[in-house]
Amino acid sequence: MKYLKYILIFLFLFDLNLLNANENNSHSEITKNLRCLICQGQSIHDSDSEFANSIKILVSKKLNDGLSEDQIYIFLKEKYGEWILYDPGFNKNTYFLWLLPLLMFIIGGAIILKRFIIKKN
Amino acid sequence: MKNKIFFSVAIISSLIIFFVLFKGLQNTNIYTPQVDVKKDIPYFEAKIFDSDIVKNSNEIFQKENFYLLNIWSSWCAPCRNEHPILLKLKDQVNLEIIGLNYKDNIINAKKFLKELNSPYRLILSDENGIIAIEWGAYGVPETFLIHNKRIIKRYVGPLNMNSIIEIKKFIE
Repeated sequence: MKYLKYILIFLFLFDLNLLNANENNSHSEITKNLRCLICQGQSIHDSDSEFANSIKILVSKKLNDGLSEDQIYIFLKEKYGEWILYDPGFNKNTYFLWLLPLLMFIIGGAIILKRFIIKKN
Repeated sequence: MKNKIFFSVAIISSLIIFFVLFKGLQNTNIYTPQVDVKKDIPYFEAKIFDSDIVKNSNEIFQKENFYLLNIWSSWCAPCRNEHPILLKLKDQVNLEIIGLNYKDNIINAKKFLKELNSPYRLILSDENGIIAIEWGAYGVPETFLIHNKRIIKRYVGPLNMNSIIEIKKFIE
């Protein structure tokens, strides 16, 4: 009886169902970051089109095969191009996209510094 | 003087930003697949239609001649329209037409072929659409012209008379 209590505590703490929930999480995380190419403004996760459903099956299959999230993105990028990802990577087509906000922030900061702080002194 | 420089820099940079965003507005936000990609065919394994035999891509595309992989389905109306065109290409020497039956009900697919005749030398079945994704396809119908295990041309949507002429030009 004493051991049963410990066994129960152990089972609750290391509930194997949690592992399963994790898997589902990464599945929905991946499909949310994929664009449904034949629908407008929908992710694979939200869409119920034939295309989206096939991609969902493919993602679960690849996860089962032991592929990581990034490997799945690379696989799909190879097939469909960068457009399928909602979060575009940093490459020569997206330098401007990623660096423009940073550039504007720096320029804006410089202007503020010059106008208000240096002038005051 | 300093103010003037600041003013012109501000105007030029906002013009550049305006131009970039304006150009972006004109881009289509609908996915337009590239059709002239020259890529190696993907490796895949597929069940042969109406049987349990599994073949892989190396076995299917082993010959040196041209192959036309056509993704079709009995529920897809444009496939019905392009079917006569595939039948016209059926007797072309140096060309083998392979069908990929996409997410279909086998009874309906058989009915479809019985009614319209089969242009295919071999039909593979793609029950859950995964093989079509290996090919980078995004729907039905879609057709790939293959030579030496490389995709040389891709037709998104139904084939038409112009595509027949083009395919014949490729084969000759």
